Amino acid sequence: MVKPSRQHNVLPGFNLALGYTLVYLSLVVLIPLAAVFIKASSLSVEDFWNVVSAPRVVASYKVSFGLSLVAAAINSVFGVLLAWSLVRYSFPGRKLVDALVDLPFALPTAVAGIALTAIYAKNGWVGQFLEEQIGFQVAYTPWGILVALIFIGLPFVVRTVQPILEDLDTEIEEAAASLGANRAQTIRRVVLPILLPALLTGFALAFARAVGEYGSVIFIAGNMPFISEITPLMIITKLEQYDYVGATAIAAVMLVFSFILLLIINFLQAWSSGRVRKGR
Amino acid sequence: MTKWNAIMSIEVRDIYKQFGNFIALDNVSLEFPSGQLTALLGPSGCGKTTLLRIIAGLEHADRGAVFLEGENATGAHVRERQVGFVFQHYALFRHMSVFENVAFGLRVKPRKQRPSEAEIREKVGALLELVQLDWIADRLPAQLSGGQRQRIALARALAVEPRVLLLDEPFGALDAKVRKELRRWLRRLHDELHITSIFVTHDQEEALEVADSVVLMNRGKVEQQGAPDAVYQHPETPFVYGFLGAVNYFHGRAEEGRVRVGDTLLHAEAAPDAHGLASGANVTAFVRPHELAIVSADVPDPVGVAAKITRIMGFGAAARIELVGLDAEAQHFEVEMSREQLASQNLVEGQSVRLTPSRIKVFEREANA
Repeated sequence: MVKPSRQHNVLPGFNLALGYTLVYLSLVVLIPLAAVFIKASSLSVEDFWNVVSAPRVVASYKVSFGLSLVAAAINSVFGVLLAWSLVRYSFPGRKLVDALVDLPFALPTAVAGIALTAIYAKNGWVGQFLEEQIGFQVAYTPWGILVALIFIGLPFVVRTVQPILEDLDTEIEEAAASLGANRAQTIRRVVLPILLPALLTGFALAFARAVGEYGSVIFIAGNMPFISEITPLMIITKLEQYDYVGATAIAAVMLVFSFILLLIINFLQAWSSGRVRKGR
Repeated sequence: MTKWNAIMSIEVRDIYKQFGNFIALDNVSLEFPSGQLTALLGPSGCGKTTLLRIIAGLEHADRGAVFLEGENATGAHVRERQVGFVFQHYALFRHMSVFENVAFGLRVKPRKQRPSEAEIREKVGALLELVQLDWIADRLPAQLSGGQRQRIALARALAVEPRVLLLDEPFGALDAKVRKELRRWLRRLHDELHITSIFVTHDQEEALEVADSVVLMNRGKVEQQGAPDAVYQHPETPFVYGFLGAVNYFHGRAEEGRVRVGDTLLHAEAAPDAHGLASGANVTAFVRPHELAIVSADVPDPVGVAAKITRIMGFGAAARIELVGLDAEAQHFEVEMSREQLASQNLVEGQSVRLTPSRIKVFEREANA
């Protein structure tokens, strides 16, 4: 039987591309992750459950996933603002600011953690002020974790939204204004719907990065059990006690959680981008 | 309503606008009569789009005032001016259906003025019917052709019942055939609605065909304003003459109410406006291709400007002949004649002939021209 698609495909190389993708993903992502599950499966169901549902571990899930979502949300708002300023306005030093955005990518996370701790600690520049003026402590509390997660997640939203904003013709905002829309209506009804897919992608990336973050958080968190312990720390703690199986069990749970959340975000993203692309 | 604002629904006074060192509009004053469709015509960079955007409030003039229906709107924000604006590239909201695009202006009204959902449905339905696109209400802009998109953009602008309608090169992005159709359609629509409209174009044919009145602009200044027929028949400046159609020009000198070009004195009756010129003034005589005749050079005492035929194009409704002058300037000329005439004259490429204009328009040459 003849396969017509093979003969008439305008975009050749589908089989090759798919094969390459699968092999590469397997080698780089799937096999290492599978190892996590295999290692974890050496526990009995009961032991597994005991490890992953220990109160201290559950508390760390809440800290990790809760704060990561909050940090990604905050980054979404301010990332869009930053991208907007970079795209829409020209000001002296714009290129410099543009380059600064990527710094959290390049900095070793431990360095970021130490720097943030130094600034937000009781005797640090900002921490001193916050402590004296409003009695608010950032370093060694969950707030410190949030600050670190916002820091390392900043570039994602900016870099995903920026190209869309650059493509966005100011004419459509002018059209909205000429039809009587005020600025808020224009942003809400015209600009945001177009940015939404990119914004969701940026949110997902910032969230994923925050969930997996270890280095920068560990210095500023204070790591108090039940209060400011993140899940990656729980894994490291287990590893340091040579409890490899326990560590992988927690890692497996974390992976499943993250995967489900990312899947949801991706569905949202696909739905909104489908709307926008069709309307292009 | 006082009498005059019933007549002039858009007026601009002494509008001056500069972008960096470039003067886009140099003290432009214009009045646009109520209910008319006016074309702002000129080459790119002449300031026509800037003027339109200033009238809309999308751009602000450095100096000068804009009046809409007699009311000073100079400081008013675009959303307060109640102008319908149609963009060259449609500027449709790509994430909204055709229906939602047209309904946009109604949905963003302040709560008290906002029509009910039923009223919106009815109004949008009526507008889509008006632009003959009620059958695609649920589609997204990407699924429409260029002509359809522009009609939707127009319906969207009309939804807010604007005081004036401003169109920025509305057919500029369309192909020639759709352009022509849409042009006729816009004219019919305007005859139905009688909303004061201005459209910007660089296509003289489009302006002359569609508009009630044409404003010709060049280098930030108004060259002439008038009915299409009037500006075509009686251009007031060399620019207008040259912009409104193909043109031949002869440099010469005024001589006792006639024009001398080289060794030839052009017919006096062809140039009635040459009488007022002082003898010896440097002039340029403009002649349309169909008002230039080719006569034989093989006669004793030939008259007319000497030229050589370089190319004969005998297709189309009229034949076109390209010539080159035999003097030192070696200027190019273009003559248009009927094909019968071409056949009767036995012209061949390379032949030396004389050119005599039947109607010329003479302008005194400026010192720097």
